Amino acid sequence: MKRAGTTEGLGRESTAVDTAAQRTPAPLATRAGTSLWTRRFRRFRRNRLSVIGAAIIVLLILVAVVGPFVAPYPEDATGAVHMSQRLRAPSMDHLMGTDEVGRDVFSRLLIGSRLSLGAGLIVLVVATVIGTLFGVVSGFFGGKVDLLVQRITDVFLTVPGLILAMAVAAALGPSLVNVVLAISLTWWPGYSRLTRGEVLRTSEEVFVEAARAIGAPRHRIILRHVLPNIATPILVKSTMDIGFAVLTLASLGFIGLGSQPPTPDWGKMIADGRGYLPESWWLTVFPGIAIFLTVFGFNLLGDGIRDVFDPRARD
Amino acid sequence: MSVGSYVLRRLLLLIPVLLGLTLLTFTLTNIVPGDPARLAAGPQASDEMVEDIRREFGLDDPLPKQYLNYITGVFSGDWGRSVLSRRPVTTDLRAYWPATLELVLASMTLAALIGIPLGIISAVKHDRWPDHASRVYALIGVSLPSFWLALLLQWFVALKFGVLPIGGRIDSMVGAPDHVTGMYVIDSLLARDFEALRSALLHLFLPALTLSSGALATITRMTRSSMLEVLGQDYVRTARAKGVAERVVLTRHALRNAIMPTITMMGLSLGWLMGGSVLVETIFDWPGIGLYAVNSALTLDFMPIMGIALVYGVVFSLINLSVDVLYGFIDPRIRYA
Repeated sequence: MKRAGTTEGLGRESTAVDTAAQRTPAPLATRAGTSLWTRRFRRFRRNRLSVIGAAIIVLLILVAVVGPFVAPYPEDATGAVHMSQRLRAPSMDHLMGTDEVGRDVFSRLLIGSRLSLGAGLIVLVVATVIGTLFGVVSGFFGGKVDLLVQRITDVFLTVPGLILAMAVAAALGPSLVNVVLAISLTWWPGYSRLTRGEVLRTSEEVFVEAARAIGAPRHRIILRHVLPNIATPILVKSTMDIGFAVLTLASLGFIGLGSQPPTPDWGKMIADGRGYLPESWWLTVFPGIAIFLTVFGFNLLGDGIRDVFDPRARD
Repeated sequence: MSVGSYVLRRLLLLIPVLLGLTLLTFTLTNIVPGDPARLAAGPQASDEMVEDIRREFGLDDPLPKQYLNYITGVFSGDWGRSVLSRRPVTTDLRAYWPATLELVLASMTLAALIGIPLGIISAVKHDRWPDHASRVYALIGVSLPSFWLALLLQWFVALKFGVLPIGGRIDSMVGAPDHVTGMYVIDSLLARDFEALRSALLHLFLPALTLSSGALATITRMTRSSMLEVLGQDYVRTARAKGVAERVVLTRHALRNAIMPTITMMGLSLGWLMGGSVLVETIFDWPGIGLYAVNSALTLDFMPIMGIALVYGVVFSLINLSVDVLYGFIDPRIRYA
């Protein structure tokens, strides 16, 4: 008995999507004037939780885009110090209070959202590209190439991602760029596994065999026939994973291996606020809520998207 | 293929993977811009002292030689020395490992004891409020930053109400029980030292609860979905039709067939919990591998990091293997190949 992807991280389990509709090569059938996308949208809208998730994410993206322009004290995201204002409780002037050097927590959170979301997105793009590439090569060529790539993937999957990312971040020296690099480096194996499995399944399909039979070159089979048919599960997994990438980023920031002060890193803000915890609770509570909402939003959204593309997953 | 030869083949396959792992960590720890010898010697040290340390730890050898030395060392039980603690890495690992194991096992027990019944209830009350509540709860559970939850619990339960200790493994007034397994709960039970047992359990509760939140959520969902699938099967309907009590249908007919994905998930969670313990240990000052890993990473202490990665690699691979073997025992239809 052999299972693929046995070391998939918890919470980011693969979302193998395998619908009849999706197995049929594009273009997909349309019926009685309702296009596939309209039907998908309706299905998505029926699930209240995924709509909430989508709303959270849209709001977060909006905040990340306009945050620096609407923050009440934008200079507080940099090294500003206002000792006379330190550790003020939340008030109308400072919605989420001020930190140990008098910076406005709300402004720092707003500006930090751009960093967190941006970094999470980069991690996912890098990991998805590397993972998909390895997975396609491994699944399509098979043989010794497959064996080699899979053993490399195994190596990365035998250690908890956080430990490996910690080692890389520490080795490269703590900074935002390095921590993004470290997480990307440990994130791709899951995608390599998922893609390989999907490629293997798709390669058995009749339309791939047909393409082979008429003598289509390999790259054409991969690009035109295999990739479009495995894109959905990969994209669904990426959506769900962005939240977890943001969480991992914050975790490394919390440990002290992420971006350095005065960068408004959400994890670092929690770590800095820890020493003032019983009294100045706002330093810890608000950044935590921001991280939670991000992960929660992407989870709900990913859940909804999976339901849309894989009706069978809806119990 | 028999179980024995299957296990043997899987163990042999492990060797190249673990060798690859050591090569990976060795490469990683050698791209460091900082100088570990200088770090260990401290800012006041003279150049000669730094050189001495470099020689003492073999840091002046060429890299391939250092790697070969490391690998031959690993096989003979010499995993290098921590520059920071100045002790052999194996000694440190032996000292810290039981604490992490105790924490991870306690979290897993909590997660399974709560998660499996919760999943069954969700499946039975499908699409009614207990099901919806458990779905929302599960989504919240996996989304909560564990380090944040840990801080809040520490603040509320420990600091504010003083009900539980804020960190550590045991009350210093009580003292650790005699070392047998290194896991205080088990050791105090073996020694029949109930005061130590009480203190150990109180210290264990908050860290284990925090760590279990993600696994608990996943186990609940996994149990729910496989129970739902099984409850729709013909043999369940047959059992009900012939008048078998609902409790028996659920446990004997449904759960037994539905438990496999949950067991797989639990196996995978063990590895995930070991990774997550890093953050929880840092907050609750739990002297395990996670705390050791953080301290080593922050001080660029190479050897412990490589040792920790190797230990995790071995343990994680063995867990996966056990899950696969366990599969065959639960479901005899599965063949080992």
